[in-house]
Amino acid sequence: MSITREEIKHIANLSRINVSDSELDMYAETLSNIVGMANEINRLNTDDVKPTAHILESVNVFRKDEVKPSYSREKILVNAPTKESGCISLPKVVE
Amino acid sequence: MELYSLTIHEIAKKIKSKEVTIREVLDSVYSRIDSLENKVNAYINLTKEYAYISADKLQKKLDAGEDIGFLGGVPIAIKDNMCIKDVKTTCGSRMLENFVAPYDATVIERLELAGAIIIGKTNMDEFAMGSSTESSYFKKTVNPWDITKVPGGSSGGSAASVSCDMAFAALGSDTGGSIRQPASYCSTVGLKPTYGLVSRFGLVAFASSLDQIGPFTKDVTDMAIMLNAIVGHDEKDTTSVNLDKIDYTKYLINDAKNITIGIPREFLKEGLNPDVKEAFDIAIDKLIKLGAKVIDVNLDYIKYSLATYYIIATAEASSNLGRYDGIKYGYRTDKFDNLLDIYKKSRTEGFGEEVKRRIMLGTYVLSSGYYDAYYKKAQKVRTLIINDFKRVFEECDIIALPTAPNTAFKMGEKNLNPLEMYLEDIYTVPVNIAGLPGISVPCGFCHFNMPIGLQFISSAFEEEKLLQLAYTYEQNTEFHKMKPNI
Amino acid sequence: MEDKIKEYEVVIGIEAHAELSTKTKIYCNCSTEYGADPNTHCCPICTGMPGVLPVLNEKVVEYAVKMGLATDCSIAKFSKQDRKNYFYPDLPKAFQTSQFDLPLCTNGHVDIFVNGAQKTIGITRIHIEEDAGKLIHDEFTGSTLVDMNRCAVPLIEIVSEPDIRNAAEAIEYMQTLKGILEYLEVCDCKMQEGSLRCDVNLSVRKHGDSKLGTRTETKNLNSFKAIQKSIEFEIRRQIEELENGGTIYQETRRFDDNLGTGYAMRTKEDAHDYRYFEEPDLAPIVLSDEYVSNIKNNLPEMPNVRRARYIEQYMLSEYDASQITNSKRLANYFDKTVSLCNNPKAVTNWIMGDFFKMLNELGLKINESKIIEQNLANLIKLIDTNVISSAMAKKVFVEMFETGKDAKAIVEEKGLVQITDESAILKIVEEVVNSNDQSVSDYLAGKDKAIGFLVGQIMKLSKGKANPTTVNELLIKVLGAKK
Ligand SMILES: [Mg+2]
Ligand SMILES: [Zn+2]
Repeated sequence: MSITREEIKHIANLSRINVSDSELDMYAETLSNIVGMANEINRLNTDDVKPTAHILESVNVFRKDEVKPSYSREKILVNAPTKESGCISLPKVVE
Repeated sequence: MELYSLTIHEIAKKIKSKEVTIREVLDSVYSRIDSLENKVNAYINLTKEYAYISADKLQKKLDAGEDIGFLGGVPIAIKDNMCIKDVKTTCGSRMLENFVAPYDATVIERLELAGAIIIGKTNMDEFAMGSSTESSYFKKTVNPWDITKVPGGSSGGSAASVSCDMAFAALGSDTGGSIRQPASYCSTVGLKPTYGLVSRFGLVAFASSLDQIGPFTKDVTDMAIMLNAIVGHDEKDTTSVNLDKIDYTKYLINDAKNITIGIPREFLKEGLNPDVKEAFDIAIDKLIKLGAKVIDVNLDYIKYSLATYYIIATAEASSNLGRYDGIKYGYRTDKFDNLLDIYKKSRTEGFGEEVKRRIMLGTYVLSSGYYDAYYKKAQKVRTLIINDFKRVFEECDIIALPTAPNTAFKMGEKNLNPLEMYLEDIYTVPVNIAGLPGISVPCGFCHFNMPIGLQFISSAFEEEKLLQLAYTYEQNTEFHKMKPNI
Repeated sequence: MEDKIKEYEVVIGIEAHAELSTKTKIYCNCSTEYGADPNTHCCPICTGMPGVLPVLNEKVVEYAVKMGLATDCSIAKFSKQDRKNYFYPDLPKAFQTSQFDLPLCTNGHVDIFVNGAQKTIGITRIHIEEDAGKLIHDEFTGSTLVDMNRCAVPLIEIVSEPDIRNAAEAIEYMQTLKGILEYLEVCDCKMQEGSLRCDVNLSVRKHGDSKLGTRTETKNLNSFKAIQKSIEFEIRRQIEELENGGTIYQETRRFDDNLGTGYAMRTKEDAHDYRYFEEPDLAPIVLSDEYVSNIKNNLPEMPNVRRARYIEQYMLSEYDASQITNSKRLANYFDKTVSLCNNPKAVTNWIMGDFFKMLNELGLKINESKIIEQNLANLIKLIDTNVISSAMAKKVFVEMFETGKDAKAIVEEKGLVQITDESAILKIVEEVVNSNDQSVSDYLAGKDKAIGFLVGQIMKLSKGKANPTTVNELLIKVLGAKK
C-alpha cells in the first residue's frame, strides 16, 4: 500500500496545507509507511463487529436551556489577528 | 534537605503547620527552576507573578486560621495544552505562540480549589503529537538523567520538571502514552486515568476519544492526593462520568495479597529491550514475593492497537486541528492572495512537520473512498480490543506490562523515522484504545543508568486498585527515591 | 420559448433550515437573541476556542422531535451527531456539528393545497445542526468582518423529497412548513431575519423521461418572493441551456434578489469531501417510546386540522380557512374574536377584508395591530345589535386601527349612534321625497335607480346615522303611497 504524490497533493489540499515539491516525496514515503502499518488491521475479519465511536456507554447527556452570561467582546476577540468594528476582520478575500 | 525536593504530602504538612511559609516553598522551587531550566528546558512559560499573588492570598487565609485545601500552597506545573485564564496556552506550537486563553480548564479550577499554586506551563510535543518532546516549536526538553537524551513525550516538560524537583507535581495529558512513557523515561510516577474520570474541558483536543489528563508525581502517595483534586464529574464535559467521589488516599495499602496480575507474555517478545525485560521480570518476582498472584493472559488483538490508534487518533486530530486556520486566533500568515491562501499558508507555516503529517493521515483515513477501509475498520478493531481487555479482566485484577519497550533514546535518534518513534508507544496505546487507566512506576535502570517504568493497567474506574498495587510495589523498593544527578 | 418550457417537467426538492426558538445556543449557554451587537453573544464554546467541549441543549432535541411528529416522520430511537468538516470563516471550529446517517426524524410528509387541490410532499429527513456565523462585507474598507453571534444557534434542516413541480408548489410547501413551525412554536419563522430559509435543488427533464436531469442547488433563499423568482429564473435558465445544446452542471448557485438573477458560486477546485464522522464529544441520543409519545400527546392542533374545523364548524370557504389558519397568530386571533362575538362570518369578513389590507400596507402582523380581539368583537356586536351601520363601522374601524380605542368609545365620542326611531326617520324620508320631485317621478315611471339617489339624500340629511334598513323600508312605503 503506498500513497502517491498525487494523493498527497489531494489530501494536503483538503487539509489546507501546502506541500512543496521537495516535501512531496518525504510525506508520500512516511505516510505510506504508516498506512502500511495501519493496514495490518485489514487482515482481521470484522464483519460482525460493531464499531466503537464512544468508549463510554452514556447516552442523552443534555443541558437545560438556560441562558448564562456570554463573554465580553474584548475577551472573545483578544486573540484575533486583526479586528475592526467589534469583529474579526479579514482583508477582502471572501467572495 | 531543600524544600523543593520534598513530596506533596511532606510539603503540605510543613505549610499547614507553618513550619515554612508558602513564599518560601515557591522561592525554593523557582530557585531550583532558575538553576536548572537553562539546561533542562522543561518550561515554556512561568507564571511567577500570578503564583506569588496566589501564595500571599493562601498564606493570609492560613494565618487567619482558614482551610487552604489539601494542596494548599503546593507548586504544580501544567502541560501547556491546558487552558489557564489570561495565560498563554501554546500547545508547543508556533500556531498558538501568542494564544491567551480566556477561560480556565476544569482541572485548573479543581487544583486551585484544593489550594494548589500553578507555577508554569511545561513543554510538550506540538499539539501532544510525539513521544520525545522534540516536536515542540519552542525548545527541546532534555532528560534530567542524561541531557543528551529525550525525556519522552508528549508531556516531556511535565515529566522532566517533576523528576528533577522543578515542580512538586505536574499535569500531563495522555492520548497514546504521553504521560506514562515520559514518566517511565524520567523515573516519576505517571497515571493516565480512565477515560471520563477527569474532565477534558480546557484540554486542547488532540484525539477526543482517547485524550485524558493525568498527574506526574514523585511517589504514589502524591498520586492519590493529585487524583483527589482533579477527579470528578463536570457538566461541561459530556464524556465525564458522574460517579461517587472516593478518597484515593484510602487505597494506599501496602498489601498485594488477593491481587491477581495478568501478564500478556506473547506481547513481550519482539522489540523489547533486554534490560527493560529483565527489570520487568524482577519487578514481577518482587510482586509475587509480596503476595500477588501472577497468571499468563492472552490479549489476542492487542497487537493491532498501534494501527488502530494511528487511524483513530489522526482522524480525530485532523478535525480537531481544523480550527487553527489563521482567521480567529493563532498564527496568520503575512502575505496572501485569497482565502485559500490564508488557510494554507497559515497552517503550513504555523504547524510543524509531525502535526502536518498526522493531519494529512487523518484526512486520508476519513476521506471518501477510505473511510470504511480505515476509520470504520479501526473503530471495529477498537471494539475487539475493548472486549479482549474485558475478558482478561475476568481472570485478573491488574495487567502488568513494561511502560515502554526501551529507555529514553538519544535526541534526534528517531526523528527521521516516525514509525520507529511510534513503536515506543506500543505498550501504552492499548490502554487508551480501551479507555482504561494505567499507571507507570519506576522499577529500575538499564545498564547505562536510564530509568525503566513498570505499567499497571486495571478495569475502567478501578484506579484505586492501581494505586494499591503501585503503592505496595513502591513501599518495598527504592527506585522512586533515586534522583537524577543534574 | 414558452412552448418549449411546457415540454419540460421540473423536479424540485427543498432543504429548509429553521432556527429553533430555544433561549440558548445548541452547545453552550449563550443567548440566541437576534440583533445583538456583533460578537456579544459568544463564549469560548460557540467561537470554537481550543479546549472547549459541547453540551447538547435538551430543547433542541425536543423541538426537532415535535417537528418530526407534526410532519408524520418516524422518530429515531437511536441517533447521533456527526462532524461535517470544511473550512470557511463563518465556521470557527472548521466543522459543523450536524447529523449524517442517523438523523432524528425520517420519512414524513406534509399536505399542501395548490389551486384547491391537495398534494403530498414527502419529507426525507429532519436533523439537528448548528448555524454558522455572519460575514459582513465592509464596502468602505473592503474587508470582511466576522460576527459570531449566530454561530451555533440551533437549526433543524428539513429535507423534502423531490416532489415539488413548480414555484407555486414550492411556496405552498414553505408556507405549510412555516405554519407548522409556528403552530409548534419551535421557530419564529422571521424570514427576513433568516430564521427560516431554504436551499432549492432543481432539475428539469422532458416529460416522459425517466432519468432525472442534473440538478443545481440555489442556496439561502429567505423570502417567498426570492423562492418564487429564483425558481422561475432557474427553470428558464436550465431549459434555455438545454435547448441551446448546453449542459447543466451540478453546482451551487446564489440568487440576487435585487437583480432578479441567479449565478453560480465560484466552484472550488476540490470536490467537497466533508469527511463526516461521529462527534466523539457528544453522546448518542436514545429516545424512549415514552419520551416520544409524551411529546406526541402534547402537540397543539396543527394548521390542517384547524382548517378542516373552520370549514366544518364555521362554514368558512376553503380559501378563507386556509388563509386564516396559515398563521397561528391569526388563527388564535380569529378564535378569540369569534368566542367574544359569536359571529364567525363577520370576523372572517373583517379579517379577510379591511383588516388584512390595512395590516399589509403597514407590513404588520395581526398581533402587532392596535385592535385587540375584544375591540373587533365589540365592533361586530355594535353592528349586530343595530347600534351602528356597516358604513359607520368602516369609519369606526379606521379609527380603531389608528388609535386602538374601543369601538363603543369611538361611537359615543363621535355621536355615531344610529337613528333607529322610525318616526324620526320617517320625518327625513318625507322631507326628501317632498323636495325631490324629479327623482320621485322617475321612480314612479319605473326607473328603479332613482331610489338610490333618494336614499343618499336621506342618509346625508341624517348625517349617516339613519338605519339604512329602516330608511329603505319607509322610503318604499312613502313612494308606494304616491302611486
Ligand atoms: Mg445542513
Ligand atoms: Zn457560546
